[in-house]
Amino acid sequence: MTSTAPRSSQSGRNAGARRRDGFRERSMVPRAEFASYYGRPVLHQPTWSARDIASYLFLGGLAGASSLLGAGAHATGRPALARASKLAAAGAIGLSAAALVHDLGRPARFANMLRVFKPTSPMSVGSWLLAGYGPMAFGAALCDATGRLPRAGALATTGAAAFGPGIAAYTAVLVADTAVPAWHEGYRELPFVFVGSAAASAGGLGMAAAPARQAGPARRAALLGAATELAATETMRRRLGFVAEPYRTGTGGRLLRAARLLAAAGAIGTATVARRSRVGAVLSGLALLAGSAATRFGVFHAGVESTRDPKYVVRPQRERLSTALSTVDGNG
Amino acid sequence: MVAQFVGMPRKGFFTDTSVCIGCKACEVACKEWNAVPEDGLRLTGMSFDNTGKLNADSWRHVAFVERPGDQETGEGLRWLMASDVCKHCTHAACLDVCPTGALVRTEFGTVVVQEDVCNGCGYCVPACPFGVIAQREEDGRVWKCTLCYDRIGDGQTPACAKACPTESIQFGDLDELRERAAHRVARLQADGVPQARLYGEDPADGVGGTGAFFLLLDEPEAYGFPPDPVVTTRDLPSMWRHAAVAAAALVAGVAAAFVGRRP
Repeated sequence: MTSTAPRSSQSGRNAGARRRDGFRERSMVPRAEFASYYGRPVLHQPTWSARDIASYLFLGGLAGASSLLGAGAHATGRPALARASKLAAAGAIGLSAAALVHDLGRPARFANMLRVFKPTSPMSVGSWLLAGYGPMAFGAALCDATGRLPRAGALATTGAAAFGPGIAAYTAVLVADTAVPAWHEGYRELPFVFVGSAAASAGGLGMAAAPARQAGPARRAALLGAATELAATETMRRRLGFVAEPYRTGTGGRLLRAARLLAAAGAIGTATVARRSRVGAVLSGLALLAGSAATRFGVFHAGVESTRDPKYVVRPQRERLSTALSTVDGNG
Repeated sequence: MVAQFVGMPRKGFFTDTSVCIGCKACEVACKEWNAVPEDGLRLTGMSFDNTGKLNADSWRHVAFVERPGDQETGEGLRWLMASDVCKHCTHAACLDVCPTGALVRTEFGTVVVQEDVCNGCGYCVPACPFGVIAQREEDGRVWKCTLCYDRIGDGQTPACAKACPTESIQFGDLDELRERAAHRVARLQADGVPQARLYGEDPADGVGGTGAFFLLLDEPEAYGFPPDPVVTTRDLPSMWRHAAVAAAALVAGVAAAFVGRRP
């Protein structure tokens, strides 16, 4: 690839567009001029609906982290926190399953997900994780709520806690293992964004539902989670440079700004008023839950946006090629 | 990896765009043979291209590229045509990420969707670095070029190649096509077409080379191709490692939340 022939006017809506992005790092990146086919996308947009799949990213995280929190509460004698977390996990994973089946083009064929096991397909791995996790989460919630079969309940609680971290983390691989620039390029940080978001939501729900006396671990998990979520998101945006633009602008950018505000507000509330005031605990918990959901929807929309404009596909690939050709020291 | 079947050379397309005349016979023949439904009757208003892009209901797509002249070299406006198709990648992301096993590698080294297995999860759609495979809305499943699996199994030429009046679309054993393409590009360059280049023929590229490759007369992105496509699953081991560390961090974090003073 040696041609540096004049670029055509076909760069269309990409050339010089979006001057209000407001970030200046990576000035080594050449001007946004490149050839394209009438400004048309190179990639197909994901067919997934935000309502189903972004919701699943949120609910799956909430469920997975709640199972961990529930097991901890179970083991340390905090029955109210344990019950709230187990019920949250079962409810969230139930809704997740419904959303996942609903999003299929052929919902009646949902069982085909368990036709094979393919480690190269995060969706296959996730299906098997859900098949293992779902019954455990339901069993744990059912035994806790009815008070029957306490031993089986303890076993299911442990089982759900064993699957929980996988459920919370794998969805990052699910979205990153695509050609979608904003998702794929963020594969190093996205798992940390997602588990942080998961811990913040599970902690938020736990402290909103359980009395303050028992909710200490929920508050601490929420604080750790919110901090991880915010730090990992910021790290990702800095490292991605140009491809991070959809995380700063448009719907994705707006949602992530809302997520930052909600997580910060929730964390401050958690650290200050949540221990003393019931209302404070509920409001802080709700803010954390909303912040976590906003993060997932923000990441989802940013990814979709990065498939709409060919510049997010072509520019990084062009830079890669010219770096490989010129062996000039890149800036990573 | 492409499974090697004994006595079954890998089949592919070599699309030599330098002789494409934009007649769209390939699009029509493909629709006819494969009974592909109508893909909307829109006029794009941008060129003779009213198909727009490859889709669930368009398995061949003829692009009409207008490249402005260059005063320095004295070159005039160039009108380029190219028939795009599924690349049948050596390392096919759609096939890798398919959770049901509906996407398979055939004995010809091509990539085909089994329509009786696909449940329309849509994972292959954003996984494809070329934007080829797509979901048919009224049907829910995904569809794309099969390299006429039914025809080639019977020793026939795929419909598009059969219908192409200029032999812009050539079907055959991939090894032989690559040899033919190397000669063709050398010939064009010697004849004063320095822009001539091959796209997708290199087994060292990010998708391990494509089963359907092209001779282009400009940069790939001018035709709507990604200039340096990489199969997303190349990074999958690293993705799983990062996720495992994150999952472990979640366990450690929640455990730490239980350590400390009891109220």
